[in-house]
Amino acid sequence: MVENRPILKIVTHLILIFGIVIVALPIWITFVASTHDEARMLQAPLPLLPGGHFFENFTKTLFGSGLAGSEVAPVWRMLLNSMAMAMMISIGKIIISLLSAFAIVYFKFPFRMGFFWLIFITLMLPVEVRILPTFEVVANLGMLNSYWGLSIPLIASATATFMFRQVFLTIPDEMLESARIDGAKPMRFFFDILLPLSRTNIAALFVILFIYGWNQYLWPLLITTDTDMTTIVMSIKQMLEAAEQSPQWNIIMMTALLAMIPPVFVVIAMQKMFVKGLTETDK
Amino acid sequence: MLKRVHFTKSWLPFALVAPQIAITLIFFIWPATQAVYQSFLIEDAFGLSTEFVWFENFQYLFTDEIYLNSFGRTIFFSAAVAFISMSSALILAGFADRVIRGATVYRTLLIWPYAIAPVLAGALWVFMFNPTLGIFPYFLEFFGYDWNHYLNGSQAMLLVILAAAWKQIAYNFLFYLAAMQAIPRSIIEAGAIDGASPIRRFWTLVFPLISPTTFFLLVINAVYAFFETFGIVHAVTQGGPANATTILVYKVYNDGFVGLDLGGSAAQSVILMIMVIFMTIIQFRYLEKKVQY
Repeated sequence: MVENRPILKIVTHLILIFGIVIVALPIWITFVASTHDEARMLQAPLPLLPGGHFFENFTKTLFGSGLAGSEVAPVWRMLLNSMAMAMMISIGKIIISLLSAFAIVYFKFPFRMGFFWLIFITLMLPVEVRILPTFEVVANLGMLNSYWGLSIPLIASATATFMFRQVFLTIPDEMLESARIDGAKPMRFFFDILLPLSRTNIAALFVILFIYGWNQYLWPLLITTDTDMTTIVMSIKQMLEAAEQSPQWNIIMMTALLAMIPPVFVVIAMQKMFVKGLTETDK
Repeated sequence: MLKRVHFTKSWLPFALVAPQIAITLIFFIWPATQAVYQSFLIEDAFGLSTEFVWFENFQYLFTDEIYLNSFGRTIFFSAAVAFISMSSALILAGFADRVIRGATVYRTLLIWPYAIAPVLAGALWVFMFNPTLGIFPYFLEFFGYDWNHYLNGSQAMLLVILAAAWKQIAYNFLFYLAAMQAIPRSIIEAGAIDGASPIRRFWTLVFPLISPTTFFLLVINAVYAFFETFGIVHAVTQGGPANATTILVYKVYNDGFVGLDLGGSAAQSVILMIMVIFMTIIQFRYLEKKVQY
């Protein structure tokens, strides 16, 4: 700060705290809702302070049948599905992008630029604009209701490929020259030199992609009809629909809380990596 | 972009790009061409007969009042989301940039909504604004204001906008804060020595200097509001009441999967595709020559 203005300093902190309260309010209300019993959640005004039923709701949601009167898989199963999908998407994207960036930067081969542009085009085709035909392809390949169907169609990644290309371009040429003198083959160079050098970028990208994968909604909604394959993010919508008949807001909000804990934890625990990943992939 | 020192080997690079290219062709390029092809067809709902009709689907769309309304609504929605989330992020970042002690704590507490899925954000807001139980309608009643987004179209729109903007504040905040922290302190100090107040310094120094970030965020927020808010709309209003919140992405889904109007849905997809291509080009042009002022 360039000057000393005590009043401005107080105002600054007040506004920031106010901002945090606004940002956190929906989460707080969700948390509060997950700590009361069903009866309390049916009388207005709803509570603003937590009650004592958190663990009861927690075990009921996670291991019990969840919402009464609706046909959804148990929540632990949905968490498992979400985790599998998020891991497959993020790791899959990282692997195929590393390989293609390696090929494009370090090899001279026919159609090199053609491949590069083909990958670039995927940036312009988000799943939302080709919903029906992509669904048909996946259905024809028999990948509906499977982890493969949930993840593979989403793992092509132009942004990740660009990022790794950028990283590889900053690695000095002498690295490859000396590796060659020592007799390293291309894949040896890739595993022993490129991979260790791009370790932090891989970690940063993983944080972003994990959140991306975990939060997928439209795609799982289209291709999973089997309740055993439901992801937790998807289930919220089904629960909201069920809530119109028999509102069990304590269970619904507990599920919402469980659905947001893993990605929020990743952001907070790996904040530095998260910021790095976000600014590098989008710019 | 090719390294000066590189390998020349015939089959290995093809094997390396193969997985990426295969997925791109099967799940991106092929469906996209299918969408373009289907947009020229009219198919009955049972898939028994199809007719090639050239641009009739598009002609129909641009005379269809529901579609045109949805178009205008989407633009309004995106503008509102971008404005609300960017301006609140700008204010918060402007103040956070002044804080010396505790800056990381503030940052941590402001960025985590980024990690929340749009559909969850929608669920939280729909719960807070539930007409019979929610906390906000309860308080609004004291002011004699009756809230029911299931019946009132503009309230439904407002709720969707708030939920979408709320989720995006974190992202905008992060980029604005990074841009502000990259401004050399000496410029700000020079302004202070010349007697400019903090507000004056913000508008004449900081705001112009971060204009490239503002432009970048405008594009990103537009893309977000256009394509990533499906979950919010689906959870909060399902496009209703009476189509009041049917944005374009929701309409593509609804016409295709619920209404089974394949040709019409494909034509809408093609229009959206053109818009994404347009926005991507703007974004990449920005990357090459940053906005000057």
